Amino acid sequence: MKGAYTWGGILVIVFASVVGDILLARAMKQVGDVHTLWERSGLWAVVASVFGNSNFFLGVTAMAVAFFSLLFALSWGDVSLVAPAAASLTFIGNAFAAKIFLHEKVDRRRWVAALLVAAGVALLAG
Amino acid sequence: MLSHGMKQTGNISLHHLSGIVLAVLNPWVAIGIVLLLAFFASYMNALSWADLTYVLPATSLGYVLLALVAKFALHEQVSPMRWVGIALISGGVGFVAGGPALTSHEHPASPPFDSAQGKLAAKDVARNGAPAEAEEVVSSGVQQ
Repeated sequence: MKGAYTWGGILVIVFASVVGDILLARAMKQVGDVHTLWERSGLWAVVASVFGNSNFFLGVTAMAVAFFSLLFALSWGDVSLVAPAAASLTFIGNAFAAKIFLHEKVDRRRWVAALLVAAGVALLAG
Repeated sequence: MLSHGMKQTGNISLHHLSGIVLAVLNPWVAIGIVLLLAFFASYMNALSWADLTYVLPATSLGYVLLALVAKFALHEQVSPMRWVGIALISGGVGFVAGGPALTSHEHPASPPFDSAQGKLAAKDVARNGAPAEAEEVVSSGVQQ
């Protein structure tokens, strides 16, 4: 039963952080290239357009949800399971979500990279 | 890079301070917060000109750096399994760095860069902030 709670927590973490990453990436694509915007209109224009973006706030909220569900999951399961499982599944989930929702061209090169990094993170944190 | 500072900070604050209000006043925690904000700002900046599936593997180099700092600065034991993990992450990042940084929506059928060109384009974007799309449009134009 404890295992079910732990894996449920891990799934919530992965879901929330993937949603957060997707929303933040979408927000920054809507803002556009920060460097050119900064050169053209100055730092405050960049700050204003980032903080004026609703996707940015939704993304930050999702990240906060991910953080607090990590704290919950850590109270149910071992850190050596929860941390690497959540981190590496987030990489895989993000590759799927970026393809579906951001229409990024996730070619074989990027799939291999996502899988390698996910495996590496699992080994490092485990 | 950041996670290293943060983790150090977190441990130090837990050992030395009990109150969370006092913790913010701790210079280590303050440095940690500033570094985390810096990380978030550069992450957002990178996302503004590159794909999420390009930026994420690159940020995972932080894990590698953390392990190297643990080994050489803190003199911790790094097990063979962790060295394999470091190798896998580095390999993955190298793999994705060879490709284009940004999906070109105007030319979805355009062929991917070979690795040398891709790296050049990525560096170009990093330096000038010029979108990689232009580069890709040019290259596909040449091939047609």
